Amino acid sequence: MLKTQELTLNLGPHHPSTHGVFRCVLNLDGEYITKAVNHTGYLHRGLEKLAESRTYTQFIPYNGRLDYCSGMLNELTYVTAVEKLMGITEEIPERAEYIRVIMSEVQRLANHAIYFASMALDTAGATAWFYGFRDREKCLDLIEMASGQRMMPNYMRIGGVSDDLDENWFKLLKELVDYMPSAVDEYEGILTGNEIFQARTVGVGPVSKEMALDYGITGPNARASGIDTDLRRDEPYSVYDRFKFNVPVRKNGDSFDRVMIRIDEMRESIKIIEQAMKDVPEGPIMAKVPKVLKPPVGEVYHRIENAKGHLGFHLVSDGSTKPYRNHIYSPCFVNLGIFPEMAEGLHLMDAVVALASVDIVLGEVDR
Amino acid sequence: MDVIKPNQVDELVHNNVIMSTVDAAFNWCRSRSLWPLTFGLACCAIEMMSSAGGRFDLARFGSEVFRPSPRQCDLMIVAGTVTKKMQPIVARLYEQMAEPKYVLAMGSCAISGGPFCDSYHVVKGADTFLPVDVYVPGCPPRPEALFYGLLQLRQKVANPNKIARLKQHG
Repeated sequence: MLKTQELTLNLGPHHPSTHGVFRCVLNLDGEYITKAVNHTGYLHRGLEKLAESRTYTQFIPYNGRLDYCSGMLNELTYVTAVEKLMGITEEIPERAEYIRVIMSEVQRLANHAIYFASMALDTAGATAWFYGFRDREKCLDLIEMASGQRMMPNYMRIGGVSDDLDENWFKLLKELVDYMPSAVDEYEGILTGNEIFQARTVGVGPVSKEMALDYGITGPNARASGIDTDLRRDEPYSVYDRFKFNVPVRKNGDSFDRVMIRIDEMRESIKIIEQAMKDVPEGPIMAKVPKVLKPPVGEVYHRIENAKGHLGFHLVSDGSTKPYRNHIYSPCFVNLGIFPEMAEGLHLMDAVVALASVDIVLGEVDR
Repeated sequence: MDVIKPNQVDELVHNNVIMSTVDAAFNWCRSRSLWPLTFGLACCAIEMMSSAGGRFDLARFGSEVFRPSPRQCDLMIVAGTVTKKMQPIVARLYEQMAEPKYVLAMGSCAISGGPFCDSYHVVKGADTFLPVDVYVPGCPPRPEALFYGLLQLRQKVANPNKIARLKQHG
């Protein structure tokens, strides 16, 4: 007599599809998932505690290590949070603000390229993986030219940015901006327009609008589920209120929509860069900030639209050179929380696709 | 048909046969196609991935065959921070690999704990529990640095006698 037995399966922490060291315990009925439990903490490096033993300036390089696919955006969040704490947000030079916006959007392009690449690999499309990494290198070239590092730029400073950009850099940026739209078209041709890819992703792991709100999903994942939210438009920080761009929103909230949202966002990022590079003003790149930073007693919470969602820093100052508490609100951790409910009832191979489409980086999940 | 005269044999052997030990032949083969484990821990894993991508192309050096199963690999690239929760798993993966096996510590976290060396949950270097063959410094190292590390490892695998000789001199 045939009978099926429930199987408990460990997905990870060493599994190529978990994007790092994420572990998920799955209960399987045949090949279908009946229950999924998340286990995190395999990359817990104690960043929040380390921040308490570093000065405000010393913590800037750690932001690149936090979410290692979008270093610039993390640095921008932290730096603007400290500026808000010190009350010098108004004093940041125009040029620095524009450079910050350009850098953020270049980093967002790089992040979405890597997302696209890993998504392709998880649906067993190795060719598209090479396309994604090709374009990521082009974005990283610009970041490296400005900051000296490919992945961990350490470019933002409290009060501005570390180095000025010359004409040659803007010429290369223009080349990137001219090139990227054709690359995004290629993405649509090779992956998202592909019938096999659509069969693997359309209708897989749908997240409804209510479910996304319940779990506090932010960023592109929320927009894929039909929530019209974007901090760049709703709570404009830096100089984002001067640029015109659309906020792409989709309805179904399945894996395919989550990919398409990123593709649409890449086009919008290109638009923002185009507008920003046209009217970058001349002038200084650093505000007058004391060498030793001693923010006044108080606390501040600042969040921006990271490539993955709302990234927030809650800083508590006791008046000394080091923060009393530095809490990081991480979009990846919040977005990962939806995975158990999303995976229930899915085929095992579809669960891998659903996990990949959420775009997690374990450095930020575990902190 | 020509008949080989006895005095010609030496010459023929000299021109057509390579005399060597089996060990040397094996080491040469091993060193030219190291299969790394698909095993990323943190930031350095992204750099390891881009080294396999089109721009840098790890395939030029014969190490592009990343295998997710430790049973099929010769080389473990410890790419990233090893935390205390992850350490037993890394050690078990190393034990599951078949001999001969090599370890490459990529990035300052895998060398000494790097920027997180004073954290309460970070192991201070992969060499505290694994026999590391090559260290590649950087945070994260560029793909070129990883290639240099792999080439150094190739030399180490191909010339074990030389390494043993060097070790005698410290």
